Amino acid sequence: MSKHSPADQAPIPTAPVPPAHWAASYEEEPTQASTPPQANGMTALKPFGWAKDNLFNTPLNTALTVACLFLLWLVVPPMANWLLLNASWSGSSEACREAAGACWSVIAVKHRLIFFGTYPYDEQWRPFLACALFVAMLGASGVRAFWRPWLAVAWALTLVGMGVLMWGGVAGLTYVPNDRWGGLPITLMLSVFSIALAFPLSILLALGRQSSLPAIRTFCVGFIEAMRGVPLVSVLFMASVMFPLFLPEGVTVDKLLRALAGMTLFTAAYLAEAVRGGLQAIPKGQYEAADALGLSYWQKTMLIVLPQALRIVIPPIVNQFISAFKDTSLVTIVGLYDLLTAATVATTDPEWRPYFAEVYVFAGLMFWIFCFSMSRYSQWLERLANRYTRR
Amino acid sequence: MTANAIIELRKVGKWYNSYHALRDVSISIGKGEKVVVCGPSGSGKSTMIRCINRLEAHQTGHIIVDGIELTDDVKAVEKIRRKVGMVFQNFNLFPHLTVLQNLTLAPIWVRGMAKSEIEEIAMMYLKRVRIPDQAHKFPGQLSGGQQQRVAIARALCMRPEIMLFDEPTSALDPEMVKEVLDVMTELAGEGMTMVCVTHEMGFARQVADSIVFMAEGSIIESGSPAEFFENPKSERTRQFLGQILEH
Ligand SMILES: Nc1ncnc2c1ncn2[C@@H]1O[C@H](COP(=O)(O)OP(=O)(O)OP(=O)(O)O)[C@@H](O)[C@H]1O
Ligand SMILES: [Mg+2]
Repeated sequence: MSKHSPADQAPIPTAPVPPAHWAASYEEEPTQASTPPQANGMTALKPFGWAKDNLFNTPLNTALTVACLFLLWLVVPPMANWLLLNASWSGSSEACREAAGACWSVIAVKHRLIFFGTYPYDEQWRPFLACALFVAMLGASGVRAFWRPWLAVAWALTLVGMGVLMWGGVAGLTYVPNDRWGGLPITLMLSVFSIALAFPLSILLALGRQSSLPAIRTFCVGFIEAMRGVPLVSVLFMASVMFPLFLPEGVTVDKLLRALAGMTLFTAAYLAEAVRGGLQAIPKGQYEAADALGLSYWQKTMLIVLPQALRIVIPPIVNQFISAFKDTSLVTIVGLYDLLTAATVATTDPEWRPYFAEVYVFAGLMFWIFCFSMSRYSQWLERLANRYTRR
Repeated sequence: MTANAIIELRKVGKWYNSYHALRDVSISIGKGEKVVVCGPSGSGKSTMIRCINRLEAHQTGHIIVDGIELTDDVKAVEKIRRKVGMVFQNFNLFPHLTVLQNLTLAPIWVRGMAKSEIEEIAMMYLKRVRIPDQAHKFPGQLSGGQQQRVAIARALCMRPEIMLFDEPTSALDPEMVKEVLDVMTELAGEGMTMVCVTHEMGFARQVADSIVFMAEGSIIESGSPAEFFENPKSERTRQFLGQILEH
């Protein structure tokens, strides 16, 4: 720049004084620059202006908009009629037969069976309380201010409390063996425990896959690939049917526990691959800096590598959580009554049989509530994790 | 000189697979000595100083740091890493920790120091590198020059006897080079043993006790700055100096 003579610079339009013929437009510029022109248009014409700009701005967009409106008009009114307007909300199955819409009374009648399966009817306040406690603790564990040592203590107490409530046999509660449990408690406990156990296991597997010791590496790769190569249904079958064959005579492992083990191992294999993605994203320099400071392998892993790697893979991890939650419905094949199986059982009553669709819509809604909460929570967690590391 | 050497390399050889990166490198560095290593790209400068704290393992010869020989023995490596601090070209700060946490992490976990004690010491080092007001920011919020000064303070918090620098200013914008070199010059004045790979010849002339010139994995020549700049012995050195001092 310093080599330029003043004459070189003259034609550059950034010169402070514009040529005379620019004067007119130059006057107007400051007002235009202070507010972007689109913003002006938006505030003046909203919301018609917005629709005109975004939905009807080209012939193709106009056609698509009209087509979409037509589809909505075809689908939404009948759906609203069936779901809400013409639905029958209470009363007997006769009342439902007369109504043109959905029969929600089936839920009113059958909800105890859907939620708690074959748990003794009079004792169903116990699984209800256990589930309420469990969901409350899950919610509390998501709150950042509660991430303190006492949360672990609270969890230990909750688990004991849940065990007491579900099994009973103490404090005047009648004993309920766990083959009578069913419905929501099974779905919640199987999914949460299998995820909670699979997560640390998956981290070990992912670390093991990168180990410099060939024996550990081979084992981890072998395990992950074996689990990923078979469907969950066959893992559950193996856990439930084949596993007892390997046990010594007289030793039995509970059916629920076997299903939990199968789910855990299966989920861990998938999670391990997600975690590995995070580990690979950590630059070599981070390992070197930790080494140069004299941190040991586990210090380096726990303090430097995992905190960064896990942040990166929150979305795929939660994806696996959601998928594991829904996969609990497959335990029906080893004879466990999860929420969906209990719902199916509820539809077998001849009186309410025609209304199976309503029962499945309801069961679907229950699954959706939990999965959607997980998804929203993960978005919040991602923002929290990225708040400080980004500029 | 060998008698009280704190770093000693004897005929060190290093291969990356079949690539011969260090060829019979021998050097002896006394306590408090400042050594600047220079040479063309790919000549093995980084490899050599990374062997000193075993970020890279050598295959032949001996490396002895403060009386301890570097071998596969994990204990020996641990001991040496506590004595040796390192500063990297790309800073390598921990992005998920604040500046203060970056400084205190290793002293707490490796040296077992109390948090309050090391935080005080860390603040003192941050003052010395002239950024005490950035203690609670994250590395991503600092300029390159500030990040590199944090990296120096982080290494110093471990109270090392030796500091290794691998091109500490080459990733920096020109206007930030000086603030980092100033901190390093100050450190040199306090008697720290320093091994520094750099092409900042002004710094080398001012601070170094000796300058080592490497090419193709070997040390071509070494000597005091005066000898090295005024009277280089080998043709290779003259050529290199010609290129580098042109700018
Ligand atoms: N991890 C590695 N694997 C294989 N070859 C490597 C590795 N690291 C370095 N090398 C090779 O060893 C040689 C010396 O590398 P080194 O990084 O020590 O050079 P340098 O003198 O520091 O160069 P620069 O000035 O570019 O940093 C180079 O040819 C490089 O390609
Ligand atoms: Mg280098």
